[in-house]
Amino acid sequence: MYLKLALPKGSLMAPTSVLFRRAGMELAGYDDTSRSYRPQCIGFPHLFSKVFHEKDIPIQVAIGNYDLGICGRDWAEELLAKYPSSDLVSVLGLGYGRRSLVLAASGSHQGDSTQDLAAREDRVRIATEYPNLAESVALRLRLRRFSIFPLWGSAEAYPPENSELALIAVPATTSLPRGLVSVLPVLSSNACVVAHRSSWESKDLSPLLSRLQAAFETPAEEEMSRGKTTGSGDVPPPPRGDGSILRLGLPDGHQQEPTFEFLSRAGIRVEQNPSDPCRPLSNMDGVSLKMVRPQDMPLQVANGNFDLAITGEDWLSDHLYRFPSSPVKKILRLGFGIVTVVAVVTNDVPVDTSREFAELMGRNGFATVRIASEYTNVADRYARDNHLSPYRLIPTWGASEAFLPEDADLLIENVQTGRTLARNNLKIIDTIFESSGCLIGSTVKEGDGTKLERKDRFIEALRQTIN
Amino acid sequence: MRAQRCKGSRDLGPEDMERFRHIEDVFRSSCLSWGFREIRTPTLEYLHLFTSTGTLTPEMLSRTYSFLDWDGWSGERVVLRPDGTIPAARLYIESLSDLRPAKLFYVENVFSFEDTGQQSRERWQCSAEIMGSAEPLADVELMALCLEILEKLGLREVKLHLSHAGMIKTLLSGVGLDPSEQGEVFGGLLDGDTGALTRVVEKRPELKDPLSMLLEVKGRGPGFLHNLKSTLGKTFPNPGLEACLDDFLTVAESLSDIGCPYAIDIASARSFEYYTGVIFRCYYQDQKVAGGGRYGDLIPLLGGEEVSASGFALRVDSLMDLVRGQQTKDTRVLVRKGTGDPGVDRSRFEMAGLLRRAGYVAEVDQGHGACGTHEWTVIVGGTAETPEFLLMDRSGTRTATAASPPEIISALQAADVPEASSP
Repeated sequence: MYLKLALPKGSLMAPTSVLFRRAGMELAGYDDTSRSYRPQCIGFPHLFSKVFHEKDIPIQVAIGNYDLGICGRDWAEELLAKYPSSDLVSVLGLGYGRRSLVLAASGSHQGDSTQDLAAREDRVRIATEYPNLAESVALRLRLRRFSIFPLWGSAEAYPPENSELALIAVPATTSLPRGLVSVLPVLSSNACVVAHRSSWESKDLSPLLSRLQAAFETPAEEEMSRGKTTGSGDVPPPPRGDGSILRLGLPDGHQQEPTFEFLSRAGIRVEQNPSDPCRPLSNMDGVSLKMVRPQDMPLQVANGNFDLAITGEDWLSDHLYRFPSSPVKKILRLGFGIVTVVAVVTNDVPVDTSREFAELMGRNGFATVRIASEYTNVADRYARDNHLSPYRLIPTWGASEAFLPEDADLLIENVQTGRTLARNNLKIIDTIFESSGCLIGSTVKEGDGTKLERKDRFIEALRQTIN
Repeated sequence: MRAQRCKGSRDLGPEDMERFRHIEDVFRSSCLSWGFREIRTPTLEYLHLFTSTGTLTPEMLSRTYSFLDWDGWSGERVVLRPDGTIPAARLYIESLSDLRPAKLFYVENVFSFEDTGQQSRERWQCSAEIMGSAEPLADVELMALCLEILEKLGLREVKLHLSHAGMIKTLLSGVGLDPSEQGEVFGGLLDGDTGALTRVVEKRPELKDPLSMLLEVKGRGPGFLHNLKSTLGKTFPNPGLEACLDDFLTVAESLSDIGCPYAIDIASARSFEYYTGVIFRCYYQDQKVAGGGRYGDLIPLLGGEEVSASGFALRVDSLMDLVRGQQTKDTRVLVRKGTGDPGVDRSRFEMAGLLRRAGYVAEVDQGHGACGTHEWTVIVGGTAETPEFLLMDRSGTRTATAASPPEIISALQAADVPEASSP
């Protein structure tokens, strides 16, 4: 019997690869160095496997694109928290990838109980990569008023200035991030095999499952020790009431290095802070720095958490398409980190333009067009503008090119050189826009004269560097 | 691809709408005659309106249709209202709090996610509220109004079941559960989880008999409540419980006084959410068709003054399966074109307009002919300058000719008296 399996990228990749090797089903091309998204399973020829971001796997399995998937239980629960009737069943715990989901607050709020939170009349902000679970927890705690900030990452950097709480995953072998205390343990997670309900009910999955089950040895249970309910190190300073401090958001991840380099050319030296990686140090007076995901930056500026931030025009556009009246505006185009946001199909699709693509879909009886993208709002607008009706958006968290052709018809993606597309037998049918790194700010003026001067000085320094 | 309606939604066709409007008309006219005034709240409300009171269960709140608005970057979300009473209470606080009491009614839809798609995600309710009055008589008035409406809708032998949310809450808060257990058991009971009750009994075994008796035995008059007061008073001495029982007794005695039969059924109080006092449920042939109760804390929890309120809602979707639509008594007339000058269209529209003003339902034929639902047909012939009119009944046995629309009206009024009065 032919089986389809979704495999995780990231931290679960190595132990999963080892597990399959032990089970006599080595996955050729399933490692960090491989550029293939479709590993070949030696010893199990009737298995088609594809590599996804771990977060995407429960959705792919629930909608029936794959019979089985391997992901953290936390991501399965994240889906089920919002869509309890999803066709997703967790069938086998794998013992590795242990982590705990913890609702955490800043150490400066140590002593706040869940009852204290429920009694609060002001808004409780929760930053998290798990927005569905966070909402479920907020409702269970009967919080009177709350806002969930769905993030791409770095949720631990948000309390206390930018959120009261963060729902974060803490790997079993590490402590809570610096300065955070546990308010409520939410979930214990480990890697697990999830199955599509119908596959589980009707297909014989046992040849694969029994080999996996025999191969893994349950590691000793590692309880989160009580000592780890508080992160080590100093508690970050509480929100500063000083209206003269300029709050600057810098991107982490791939954009970090070019950003630091650009700032260096502007005479601004930024250094990693060994005691707090999220809050780097600089030679600028009266400026506080924080590093979060570039994807999350526009939302943070809109909410007044940063006065200025560096992100990409792609993420700014995605934000403004969703929130057209947002106070976020582009101040400067910085000219680094240039990518092109494009519409992509596989080479097998006989079209060269978006118009031809829409016509082809029309000729095929208006089958629903599946559009995969990290830029959900850009993709939504693109589909509307190009009359790709009916369409369904598949939000992805990375490795989007793997979706074509089996799991999506169209991809809205950014490209730098086009080599990844070529390697995956993909072609561009439309260029949507070119994106560069940019400095963003808010149309809402905040702070005293000193802050405004610091802001102007910073903008001017960057402007001169561009010129 | 063929267009389909959204899963879990329901279309109301012409016959459904006749039944819907009949229920609505009876409800509206009854409320107006009892001195209530109509309101309507927006379909969209802030999510925090519903979370701020802490009164709706997490289960219910997790099924709301909530989303970020176009300016929702702060994470503030709006919802398709999952409940009618809380928005009505908000409206009262914002605009009507000078009224003591404010007697209000509304016909609204509420939304809740239903995952099977077998049941409707949009439900309609006809609701009446008395806000700003703590008088038990207000509860009695609402029950009497509710029963009158159900009777006018043709539902005979509706059963009225009474419970008391305050009694249940007082019992739960006094059994010695720690705060997190209290919340869990309370939430479980609100969601109808009977296992939650078992956990209460584990903590206080001496409550097993009184609680079982409380939830399993039904009373039929104030005597039952006197009995409860004497037994529970010994097992569970608590001034709050005594006050609840006294409140319950006042309402029960008033209902007995006005000759309204009822059953005291504590277990009927499933999903009592924001209620604090007497709760009532109306059953017709074992189907719940209406329910309501007193909510003493809701308005203060929403930031209003310390005033109490009570209300009820008719379940329109259930009632639509039980009532017949009101047949229209209006005579229907089709205005057709005869052979001759095509310029008579103007005369046809004039004729139809005059018929409508005279109280008839008049349709201008679009060339499809009669579809068999019209009692009379007017055929307009002749020319634009000198039109001719022929009036004819459905069978073609009664006819009249005329040179002007007013003459046709006179002829119709003379001929239609017996016909128009029968459905």
